[in-house]
Amino acid sequence: MTRERVVVAMSGGVDSSVAAALLQRQGYDVIGMTMKTWASREAASPAQRSCCSVDDMGDARRVADRLGIPFYVINLAGEFETQVIANFVDEYLAGRTPNPCLICNSKLKFGRLLDKARAVGASRVATGHYARVGVNARTGRHAIFRAADPAKDQSYTLYGLEQQQLAAALLPLAELDKDATRELARELGLAVSEKPDSQDICFVAKDYREFLRGRAGDRVAPGELVGVDGARLGAHEGAAFYTVGQRRGLGVSGGERQYVVSVDAAANRVVLGSRDALLTRRLLVGAVNWVGIERPGQPVECLVQVRYGNRTFEATVESTGERTARVELASPQLATAPGQSAVFYDETGMVLGGGLIEECVRQAQDRRAPEAP
Amino acid sequence: MTGIYLDHNASTPMAPEVLEAMLPYLSDRWGNASSIHAWGRALKKAVEDAREAVACLIGARPRGLVFTSGGTEANNLAILGAARAHRGERRKIVTTSLEHASVAAPCKALAKAGFEVVFVPPGADGCVAAEAIEAVLDERTLLVSVMLANNETGAVQPVTRIARAARERGALVLTDAVQCPGKMAIAVDELGVDFLGIGGHKFNGPHGVGALWMREGTTVEKLLHGADHERGLRPGTANAPGIVGLGAAARLVTARGDGPTRRLAALTERLERQALRSIPDSFASSPPFERRLPNTSNLGFRGVEGESLLLALDMEEIAISTGSACHSGGVDPSPVLLAMGLTRPDALSSIRVSLGHSTTDDEVDRFLETLARVVAGQRAGGAAGD
Repeated sequence: MTRERVVVAMSGGVDSSVAAALLQRQGYDVIGMTMKTWASREAASPAQRSCCSVDDMGDARRVADRLGIPFYVINLAGEFETQVIANFVDEYLAGRTPNPCLICNSKLKFGRLLDKARAVGASRVATGHYARVGVNARTGRHAIFRAADPAKDQSYTLYGLEQQQLAAALLPLAELDKDATRELARELGLAVSEKPDSQDICFVAKDYREFLRGRAGDRVAPGELVGVDGARLGAHEGAAFYTVGQRRGLGVSGGERQYVVSVDAAANRVVLGSRDALLTRRLLVGAVNWVGIERPGQPVECLVQVRYGNRTFEATVESTGERTARVELASPQLATAPGQSAVFYDETGMVLGGGLIEECVRQAQDRRAPEAP
Repeated sequence: MTGIYLDHNASTPMAPEVLEAMLPYLSDRWGNASSIHAWGRALKKAVEDAREAVACLIGARPRGLVFTSGGTEANNLAILGAARAHRGERRKIVTTSLEHASVAAPCKALAKAGFEVVFVPPGADGCVAAEAIEAVLDERTLLVSVMLANNETGAVQPVTRIARAARERGALVLTDAVQCPGKMAIAVDELGVDFLGIGGHKFNGPHGVGALWMREGTTVEKLLHGADHERGLRPGTANAPGIVGLGAAARLVTARGDGPTRRLAALTERLERQALRSIPDSFASSPPFERRLPNTSNLGFRGVEGESLLLALDMEEIAISTGSACHSGGVDPSPVLLAMGLTRPDALSSIRVSLGHSTTDDEVDRFLETLARVVAGQRAGGAAGD
């Protein structure tokens, strides 16, 4: 029987290295690929890239050597720049919180890289993501499920994948926890077993504000900090440096604790308010992708996750259009920000779908009575 | 290694005669070629015999040759060495946008150090026009550097004419001839250049060794500092095994004569002609064979990414190239093809096929069959470029 050929997206980190080794052990015909996301070697040093730097690429290559598998570097610097980095900068400049990993997964890892996988006769791309792909028995659709290790689960970043992409995805670490992964790495004699995890966005090695300043310093200007009533509270150095929900570094003193309630990019104003002003009951969501279920005709009870960290809130999601939805939160929440992904899970940990938050309807401004779920 | 290797411009198999010549110097003939005793003298003789053979290969006198670690070092020694040796009013370098990185990079380093560096683009045929070089040549020009043949398209440049114009204006001339031994005749006096660089592994010799030829009377400032090997121009204990191998490879080329080169040209011509005929929407970017290395064919297939072709052919155990081999970071569209005026999609759809003297008719047939199948497969279901 011929072995199935798969491509493993290798970053040089422990997870993708173990994924490659596991699949090889399981009898797959494994080919390693790494995505080169930087154009110049200056942008590729470990000081500039927290993941997939030129050194990491070398680590990935050595793991491939150790496993005896072919290894290719696929140059996606152009696409990464225009689709991931440019979007990252533009979103912050527009007062929204971006999702670079979402775009990278959809357009690059399971997009362009999948194209290259097919070029070498592979049917699927495997990654070191902690998440499970499978089939929702009820609908017959390809679905994403939370990984066995809830702390490491990365299903949140994968909701953008289309059905044909999910059909071509292979995630071998779904049942492992991080300790098991490292143990396996040691057992397999992989040099990367003790390598620390990369924590943040791969192309921002330090602070995102520093990155923005370097990239778009000329598009950022000082402006006003105002209260929800419009009163001037202070000054800011650039609206893009603030994120909704932020409490620290606001430079205003006295009285109730202040939060960034909204970022008005057009007026270059950052609006501060009390905790109550930030509480949200409703989210208007766009760019919605339905995963485990088809676009529902009725409101669906679910658990919604609105940022990294795998905390969820009880909610009801209702499809309001082809790619839009409205989410009613069972209890008001602080943690929502425009631009962030809202991902809807069922009680089994299956991703129903998700989208980008376009508007957080704050409880204080929402005059409509909350609808009964 | 099994499979079909069609990437001879990247590197070549070491000839059995070369290996045989080197073996004693990797086993019982050890020593330092600079030592006074018999062990040293035996090595010294072997090194000097090799120098004669390499000189003969390029129609030069042995005294003009400096052994280096390869073509890259040879080019660097000429460019940086000439710039540092001639600290005068001439602060201009003229070169082309066809050059290999081992010429382009030291030129860019000189630009950073205050030199005016002009990169003259080629025409659509992949050749830089002598007139275009002449137009920017003047009395401020210290050095003109034009490669003898381009590694990506095989295009042979009009070096003789350029060298004449350069010398009329008192400028020095380097030609990077790394791609040429074994593929075309080289005669330094016919070319009229002052510097010429070669590297062993491109003509069935070993890796890690090459040479810079310098015309008598030219000076360079050395890049490495140490003892006074190679007339003080390139310190370091002679790489005796490598140099012996280089000499043996040179001897092989000289003994080979024209016949094999003509066979190679016919084979490459057939490969290109049949590929273009049997695969729709294909094109070639190399100039006509009269102005091209006999082994190189740069082909393009619209709607297919060259990189995907490279990977798919690798899966079939066929080795070809896209762009230049010297990239660890994946494939960029070839700057040479872009400089020739190809559109970005066409440049991204291109591959380089470079044959060797060991390439057989059967290998070409099998390559053509696989190529057609792989291109069709990519166009049908595989990824298509934008």
